[in-house]
Amino acid sequence: MNNLKIFLNGLIKENPTFVMLLGMCPTLGTTTSAINGMGMGLATAFVLICSNVVIAALKNLIPDKVHIPVYIVIIATFVTIIQMCIEAYMPALYESLGLFIPLIVVNCIVLGRAEAFAAKNNVWSSFLDGAGSGLGFTFGLTLLGLVRELLGTGKAFSLTLFPENYGILIFVLAPGAFLALGYLIAIFNKLNTKQ
Amino acid sequence: MAYFLIIISAILVNNIVFTQFLGICPFIGVSKKIDTAIGMGAAVIFVLILSTIVTYLINLLLVKFQLEFLQTIVFILVIAALVQMVEIILKKISPSLYQALGVFLPLITTNCCILGVAILVAQGNYKTFGAEAGLLTGTIFAFATAVGFALALVLFAGIREQLSMVKLPKGMEGSPIALIVAGLLAIAFMGFSGIV
Repeated sequence: MNNLKIFLNGLIKENPTFVMLLGMCPTLGTTTSAINGMGMGLATAFVLICSNVVIAALKNLIPDKVHIPVYIVIIATFVTIIQMCIEAYMPALYESLGLFIPLIVVNCIVLGRAEAFAAKNNVWSSFLDGAGSGLGFTFGLTLLGLVRELLGTGKAFSLTLFPENYGILIFVLAPGAFLALGYLIAIFNKLNTKQ
Repeated sequence: MAYFLIIISAILVNNIVFTQFLGICPFIGVSKKIDTAIGMGAAVIFVLILSTIVTYLINLLLVKFQLEFLQTIVFILVIAALVQMVEIILKKISPSLYQALGVFLPLITTNCCILGVAILVAQGNYKTFGAEAGLLTGTIFAFATAVGFALALVLFAGIREQLSMVKLPKGMEGSPIALIVAGLLAIAFMGFSGIV
């Protein structure tokens, strides 16, 4: 029961995208389509889970004074690993995510979860926390990507739902990212206050 | 002429916040007052120029020893160390400047526009308009990018100051309306596209 609570906490109650507003740069920058958003979300989730597990396992060995630099090195290592994997196996995704893959290092969610959760808890609950937050982030990015893709080009996961000519082009361009996320968070707030 | 075009392009046409989506966290986080926005903007200009020069030189070393895959790890460590150093030096030699920028310096390490610009400049992956992508061009690009960030931040803070006096629907308060305002600003900045 407790494990489930940790997992759901990151997924819903402290959803990184809609509630905590962490990691805004990849959220806005990579969500031109649902697939891109999902790819970015899963890459971040991988880094988040791995860094959480390693930090939780090493927490007693890391001197308190230098814990932030050590965390950053651990995170940067996993980012480099996932960057190489994406470049090797998914070149198209690598092309469209571009600069945002190395920038996972400075994503506030990863360091935030390391500091707030993994530094104080055991390996298994840190794994669950990382999985919850990572999947919550993936969910947020996929939803935003889906909304933007659908409104902008009339497609959902590259499947045409209505002709592209009827799409609102601005949603695929830069301003649409801000507008779509703003309204999505407003809807989330509304749903939350109702409960 | 090429340098002039780089500056116009980085400040207005390809503004880092509105078209590149870098540095959104401080853009949303420290934009409630114009004063703090100016402080943050100045701190970013300062650190971005310094970090770009340092990471560019270090990247030459990495390339020489064929260690490019270490770029992300090395850059983030260098930037974190640099920010710490700037903080310590400022505290010693210019307490008044430290008072103005001090609070913002620790936040800058996790500002993705610093690492982002460092990587772009190291890869030569930015519009140079014919100029050679070297240290000078990179530094000018970094400076102009930082000015673009500061401009966006101060503009946005000005609007948010006015916005705080407006009565809004409950769900829209705080970040949603801020994001929508940012979206409208981004539409305004789209008007610059095509001038260079």
